[in-house]
Amino acid sequence: MAPDGNMTNGFKVVGTRPKRPDGVDKVTGRAKFGADANAPGMLHASIVRSPHAHAKILKIDTSKAESLKGVKAVVTRADFAEGLTGENWNILENVMAGDTALYDGHAVAAVAATTALAARDAAKLIEVRYELLPHVTDVDKAMAADAPVIRSGAADKSVPEGMHPNVVRYHESGHGDVDKGFAEADLVIEESFKTEATHQGYIEPHACLAQLGPDGKGEVWCCTQGHFNVQKVCAALVGTETSQLRVTPSEIGGGFGGKTVVFIEPVALALSRKANRPVKLVMSRSEVFRATGPTASTSMDIKIGMTREGKITAAQGVFRLQGGAFPGAPMEFTAMCAFAPYALENVHQIGYDVMSNRPKQAAYRAPGSPMAAFAVESVIDELCNKLDLDPIEVRLKNASKEGTKASYGPKFERIGLVETLEAARAHPHLTAPLAEGQGRGISCGFWFNHGGETAVSLALSEDGTVAISVGTPDIGGSRASMGQMAAEELGIPYENIRTTVADTATLGYNEISHGSRVTYASGLATIKAARDAVKKLCARAAAKWGIDEEAVVWEDGCAKPSGPNAGEFEPLPLAKIARSMGRTGGPIVGHYEATPEGAGVSFATHIVDAEVDKETGQTKVVRYTVVQDAGKAIHPTYVEGQFQGGAAQGIGWALNEEYIYGEDGRLQNSGFLDYRIPVASDLPMIDTVIVEVPNPGHPYGVRGVGETSICPPLAAIANAVSNAAGVRLTELPMSPPRILKALNDQAHG
Amino acid sequence: MSMIHVSTTVNGDEVEFLCDPRETLLDVLRDRLALTGAKEGCGTGDCGACSVTVDDRLVCSCLMLGAEAEGKSIGTIEGMADGEELHPLQEKFIEYAALQCGVCTPGVLVATEALLKKNPDPTETEVRYWLAGNLCRCTGYDKIIRAVLDTAADLRKAS
Repeated sequence: MAPDGNMTNGFKVVGTRPKRPDGVDKVTGRAKFGADANAPGMLHASIVRSPHAHAKILKIDTSKAESLKGVKAVVTRADFAEGLTGENWNILENVMAGDTALYDGHAVAAVAATTALAARDAAKLIEVRYELLPHVTDVDKAMAADAPVIRSGAADKSVPEGMHPNVVRYHESGHGDVDKGFAEADLVIEESFKTEATHQGYIEPHACLAQLGPDGKGEVWCCTQGHFNVQKVCAALVGTETSQLRVTPSEIGGGFGGKTVVFIEPVALALSRKANRPVKLVMSRSEVFRATGPTASTSMDIKIGMTREGKITAAQGVFRLQGGAFPGAPMEFTAMCAFAPYALENVHQIGYDVMSNRPKQAAYRAPGSPMAAFAVESVIDELCNKLDLDPIEVRLKNASKEGTKASYGPKFERIGLVETLEAARAHPHLTAPLAEGQGRGISCGFWFNHGGETAVSLALSEDGTVAISVGTPDIGGSRASMGQMAAEELGIPYENIRTTVADTATLGYNEISHGSRVTYASGLATIKAARDAVKKLCARAAAKWGIDEEAVVWEDGCAKPSGPNAGEFEPLPLAKIARSMGRTGGPIVGHYEATPEGAGVSFATHIVDAEVDKETGQTKVVRYTVVQDAGKAIHPTYVEGQFQGGAAQGIGWALNEEYIYGEDGRLQNSGFLDYRIPVASDLPMIDTVIVEVPNPGHPYGVRGVGETSICPPLAAIANAVSNAAGVRLTELPMSPPRILKALNDQAHG
Repeated sequence: MSMIHVSTTVNGDEVEFLCDPRETLLDVLRDRLALTGAKEGCGTGDCGACSVTVDDRLVCSCLMLGAEAEGKSIGTIEGMADGEELHPLQEKFIEYAALQCGVCTPGVLVATEALLKKNPDPTETEVRYWLAGNLCRCTGYDKIIRAVLDTAADLRKAS
């Protein structure tokens, strides 16, 4: 292998399944998560939240709270930076309301006291006077002419004239001529779909411990997917300088996109500054549901034309996403992902970003894509049923390949959709008999994956072991993967490497752990940092031997003379060079900083069998198979884990999970009892097939795997349920009442 | 409000503490005894991340008051390993990657240990229903269930 080249086989460590370095800490209770840190003199904080969906804040009276024993600080919006613009203003407005509460759960004040109980008592004594305003929480109603305006002037220039002010962004893309395409079809199906908002449902609520002194210097410990982003945003919101704030990420108890966002850290910092003491702030589960970032809810219209032979002649979609009281619903992703699996001559998609009186939506695993797949793949399934075509063959016939012009514009490089479909076709699941009352569904799914700013440093110790510092919080076992990639490059045992997620003072800026980017981008940076260290190791050996650096190669963990000098000197192992590095030029550290742009897109095909009880409307998933292109699986067990986790979350989204708002605009199910995520007894084993079509943009071929796994399930399950129930389900979740209604509507046609 | 004095046993050690009558057992374990292995995922007994045993009975420590620990014997995740030797369940969870983020893991392990004490030979369905009160959002439960079944088989062979 060339030192800068790509490698697709001959791996020694990559592709094996070593134990994770944080394993023992996590099975013994020692691992420190967001709420597990304490500091001397620490205060506890509590946040006062609006009980109203939309209300003018007339007055906040904090006097009673401030006179309570143990209370050390109270903050309102006046205690944060002024004059912010753009996204920083949006974040601040969400973190602490200005003159208007925009959703049920919107923060309006906060208090810090000597105990958590005192803080909670004090929060109850803060009196807020509101003037109620009309509210709207449904996406279609929020676009209607008579909808109350959430905030005028929030729309950007993309929005066509005449739209309601709640429509704040607009997207249009595609190519070809869809009218011509529909005219060429033997069958055209048009259908409308709706999906409710869901929550990432991470088990660890947001938590932080923050300190900000009168000198403007501060420390934050928090559970986050991106501590460099926390640093930058907090500095702006409390009005200090970015580098004066050091942020250390805790272990993170699940994120799935929901911890890419800043909610409580600036509040804890503002309280700390006022009290001049460290402040701990931990959300309750109810606060997590009401006031963090669920997904967008959607309303979608899909139209697809197909020939009798199964060729798609044209496809169009309209995607309306409600993203809460702020711009940002990922409607362009929904639109761009919708038809990406298919090579289409005529395709057109429109997206609307719509504001309503709900919490500001946040990313959730492939944000925007699962909903699009639900709508599009449902229509394709219906076309296959009506034209009596095999759903796998139809997808293969239309599948995007290398060189296909994607529905969203660019030409695909090497991709693995066809390979996932072929693996699905060969899987015994596809031909297994179904029992009475069961239906089978399949679906494809697509996600872009991402690169992003990345910095990694790799330091040798004098005993020949290696410490890697990465800046991307480990949300799925990435420390193990980094160790494997470094071991592969350095030729030393995996066990001799320890990977740490370093704080903001240790490395350059690292983008958030999102976009399935960590194993790709931090992995690429780890490989390059290891190669940088190898270059330095070879230089030390060359100096010792008195030969040219270029005449030294790195093999099996040793520097070896090559070319005319081959065999002249004993190979020098890494440990030996490391032992003398203090005398031969100083510490040896490899590092790499870049914004890699070669993230490989990824596709999956899922197969699911569902059983519908027509008496109760209850659905049980009885068999599930995930087939996905990983590019290269560094640690196959963790890749399987991502496939299974995404499928399980998709099952919850498809069948159970939804934000339920009352007429009063209040969230009615802000706990795990009423917002029921799948439990162990709800699910079958989830079978996985890892397809490996290497991504040319990564030295080992890695594609991200975390997000694509949640793209097909909503559709695959909807297809299975529709086939089992004999009626097409067009709204998520397919909870028992919705299934019974669909059966009833059909019976009374 | 005056504090309550409590004498109890935690992981075999005698422990005394003062607590507010409103504090849960979970609050006491985490904030007064520095045993942060049990987590608060919901505070309403729905997620099982705070699972501990009280006189060998599996409970959500967020649903019990600290004051109620008087005279009881509490078992937490911190008491599961025997010195430097991990419990077979702990070993197997690492080997099977039956954890991703790890925040539900202490509760799942405490609950599973309680299951295997009661029923050393559970079926897959029995494991799934026993663990239905322990939410995991990362794994889809597949690797957890396999790790539990495999550990149970190992323990049966060893006994």
